[in-house]
Amino acid sequence: MELVAIFISAVLVQNFVLYYFLGICPFLGVSKKIDSAVSMGIAVTFVMTITAVVSWLINNLILIPYDLGYLQIVSFILVIASLVQLVEMFIRKISPPLYQALGIYLPLITTNCAIMGLALIAALNEYSFAETVVFGFGSGIGFTLAIVLMAGIREQLDLADVPEHLKGAGIALIVAGIMALAFNGFIGMLT
Amino acid sequence: MTELLMPILTMTALGFLFSAGLVLAYKKLRVEEDPKIERVADVLPQANCGACGFSGCRAFAEAVVHGEAEANGCPVGGDDVAQDVAAILGVQAGKIIKKVARVHCRGTHEAAKNRGLYLGISTCYASHLVGGNKQCSYGCMGYGDCVRACLFDAMDMGEEGLPIIREEKCTACGKCVDACPRNILELHPLSQNILVFCRSEDRGPMARKVCKNACIACGICVRASPDAIVLEKNLAVIKDYKKIDPANIPEIEKCPTDSIGRLRVDDDR
Repeated sequence: MELVAIFISAVLVQNFVLYYFLGICPFLGVSKKIDSAVSMGIAVTFVMTITAVVSWLINNLILIPYDLGYLQIVSFILVIASLVQLVEMFIRKISPPLYQALGIYLPLITTNCAIMGLALIAALNEYSFAETVVFGFGSGIGFTLAIVLMAGIREQLDLADVPEHLKGAGIALIVAGIMALAFNGFIGMLT
Repeated sequence: MTELLMPILTMTALGFLFSAGLVLAYKKLRVEEDPKIERVADVLPQANCGACGFSGCRAFAEAVVHGEAEANGCPVGGDDVAQDVAAILGVQAGKIIKKVARVHCRGTHEAAKNRGLYLGISTCYASHLVGGNKQCSYGCMGYGDCVRACLFDAMDMGEEGLPIIREEKCTACGKCVDACPRNILELHPLSQNILVFCRSEDRGPMARKVCKNACIACGICVRASPDAIVLEKNLAVIKDYKKIDPANIPEIEKCPTDSIGRLRVDDDR
């Protein structure tokens, strides 16, 4: 039951993009088309899940037993950077068009604060291994949900009569703000 | 001393662990790539417009290096880029055939009847969704999606409600072709001097009713040049303009609705 609550919380209530405001860069950058938004979501979900697992292992098997908690941030950066490299190689091998579509945003997952935030929040909440996996996967799904919704809205926005000065980033930020407000409505779900 | 050594050792060990993992993964997952691809990609315009027929500049670079495309395949870059690409590959660049976009419609305000008053969002895309502003459902609606799509300032919306293309500025990138919801624009070699100015697939009487300049598929042009022109879906189509004998052009231009023929000054400039 606890796991379900963590999952729902990560997807809807404490959504990384719309509650913590982490990972805004790809959220705005890759949300012009639904296709690439889905791909980005999958890539982030993948990286998030693996990061959660590996950073839990490092945190609980190395850092905590040897009382090296202050190395958390440095070692998590190492984990994330290596994993993104791995994912990049993997996608390039498996699907060159997807590699092209994600473009610069794939290496940018490295510096995506959502991933770092995930590892740190999981450590802060002292989640067990299973909880960490569910939390990482749920956060990825939450990110995917947010970015795909955003892409859908932005595709429709192309047809809308947006005032000249709000076109592009302006209207995107307004939409993101309204979405964040809407998602805050989920806070009542888990008390 | 141990407080100092422990973190250093831990981070070094972790670093080695991950780099070893990456090295192993790289060996398994490496994509063999010709270094020429990178160099060719560098000289391309990076417009990623797709005019070459590939999904982007990089895809074109790969195709050129693998011999699947010609060095002069990039219409946007023109001769300069073709020479650069050829130099990298060590081949002769062929002569580049300059292409330009052409408008396949002569449904001016005067010629094509309006369906009603359209007051919606003034883009072709939006208008097309509700059936357009004209009775002809194949013709140009004149809201200028193509003009806005043009990156090179080569298009204007003419007073007659049809886009005007400035040949000298058009790079044949194909942005306007994609922007048009009715597929009215098409890239043709600059030297092609005869075109069909209609996209209507309506049957003759219907086509004529809604637009004075619609192709009614009467077949006069086909009889004048049967090798080059055919009728498809109630519309004359030029299959191969090179097979049109210049001597036959006056015969082709007997078209009763003026929907095929040479470009006029008011079509393009």
